[in-house]
Amino acid sequence: MKILVCIKQVPDMESKFKVDDSGTWYDRADLAWRMNEYDEYAVEQAVQLKEQVGDSDLTVLCIGGDQVKETMKKALAMGCDRGAHILDDEVSTKEPYQIASIIAEYAQDKSFDLIFTGMQSQDRGSGQVGILVAEFLGLPSVSTIVDFVYEDGKIDVKRELEGGVKACVGLSAPALLTCQLGLNTPRYPTLPNIMKAKKKELLSIPVEDLLKVEARQETARVYFPEKKGGGLVLEGEVDQLADQLIQILKEKTGVFA
Amino acid sequence: MKLLLIAEYRDGQLLAGWSELLAFSREMGGESVFFLVGSEEHLPTCDEKLYLADSSACGEYNPDLHKKLIVDIVNKEQPDMVVFSHSSYGWDLAPRVAFALGASQVSEVVDVSDGVPVIPVCNSKLRREVKIKTDQAVVTLQAGAFGLQEEPSGTPTVEKISVDAAGRTTFTGYEQAESGGVDLAKASVIVSAGRGIGKPENVEMIAGLARALGGEYGASRPVVDSEWVEHNRQVGTTGQTVAPKLYVACGISGAIQHLAGMKKSEFIVAVNTDKDAPVGEVADVLVVADLKQFVPVLTEKIESL
Repeated sequence: MKILVCIKQVPDMESKFKVDDSGTWYDRADLAWRMNEYDEYAVEQAVQLKEQVGDSDLTVLCIGGDQVKETMKKALAMGCDRGAHILDDEVSTKEPYQIASIIAEYAQDKSFDLIFTGMQSQDRGSGQVGILVAEFLGLPSVSTIVDFVYEDGKIDVKRELEGGVKACVGLSAPALLTCQLGLNTPRYPTLPNIMKAKKKELLSIPVEDLLKVEARQETARVYFPEKKGGGLVLEGEVDQLADQLIQILKEKTGVFA
Repeated sequence: MKLLLIAEYRDGQLLAGWSELLAFSREMGGESVFFLVGSEEHLPTCDEKLYLADSSACGEYNPDLHKKLIVDIVNKEQPDMVVFSHSSYGWDLAPRVAFALGASQVSEVVDVSDGVPVIPVCNSKLRREVKIKTDQAVVTLQAGAFGLQEEPSGTPTVEKISVDAAGRTTFTGYEQAESGGVDLAKASVIVSAGRGIGKPENVEMIAGLARALGGEYGASRPVVDSEWVEHNRQVGTTGQTVAPKLYVACGISGAIQHLAGMKKSEFIVAVNTDKDAPVGEVADVLVVADLKQFVPVLTEKIESL
């Protein structure tokens, strides 16, 4: 069985972001980088499936500069067999349609039985790439899965809807699934597996070989949102802060009435 | 400008987001037409034209089928924009429709600036304006971002459409949220725990403050996913949408999905060490403090009132 999992390297969302000089994205300097959280669940599900079916080959794909190889190594240490690194130093300027086209171009002649992606990235958050890859490849797809069962080419998933409701959906491989938080418990790579991962294949492919489509949108501007008018910021010693807050709650709310 | 607004229907109910689509359309100064896979018994109360596919013939959501129905209407009506809610229905279907139309898609629009859609990025810490380069566009709207001053009224002009397509996925049923336990929608005070509480033992501290305030405690998604708090206490788009008199967000940075579930609260207090956390956007008061020091002191003082 051939499985592909697509991941993205993103900044830690707790970072202090700055707008870059072009004014169209965040400044990459001084950020801590990690695997997109949703993709960790995708990698874990792909690895679990590989372990379930036995005879399989699991490729992890990531687009970006050489820096993303660090994140790919984590996926390899979690259990992916090989890495396909699409080398693109300008990845942040690509829009979802282009990113999906690059992945689809890579995947189109490789007959993957299943493709996993995160449901969205933490930085762009478009939620489009996974579904667009499926559309490019003509595969059925289900987004936002929180449960996955595979047996003999048949797949049963649960999609997360609003208010804690889930939709149960069945489909057949080949297919693409986008993964939601809580789908599984992503494993921590063990030291032996980290060592083994260093020997796994990690091939770089220039993005120029795979990008065949024009951008359909571009970023006009990136900026910090305005804070809510009148929002009060309290700072100081906790004892004093507690008194201040109680006073405010007495004046503005009826909770002590 | 002409907009095709995609209303939603699930399990026998018209979902509430349709009026926000209309509000967006009015803000864009557009002429609008609705599309719904649903039932004549539950229609949006508006004066617009509505294309209706019968849900009893279509079954519950099927992406291949709904995509085909919408693309057929687009070909007939030639709208400039197809508009979805950024919901589990919208974010799943919109990219499929955009792909079929060769249109650009912009997800989770929160505002429009000089005709350019604005979306949140990086967990809502930044805003991005997206210039669309295709003639047709598909957008999804963040829940609560667009609202009407008054509830619309009227009866739409219905044109029924027939269904003859099948899909490659099969809907086999709904699994409802765990029932029983707490109903946060009824609580007048909610104190919620976010990732910032650090460890499961600290849930009790949050619950203690909630008790002191005569309310209930809730949690954000990461805390529920870590199984520190049960799912029926989750606040957010995939948990419960709440609107208490007082909402206290402890150690919650303010992911979009969480904000969407609590921003209608009457008075919002956030406790966070990060002065720039996105929760500050909606908070009436942001207490910049380590919640592990602040919450016990606050609880004790409230208890001694």
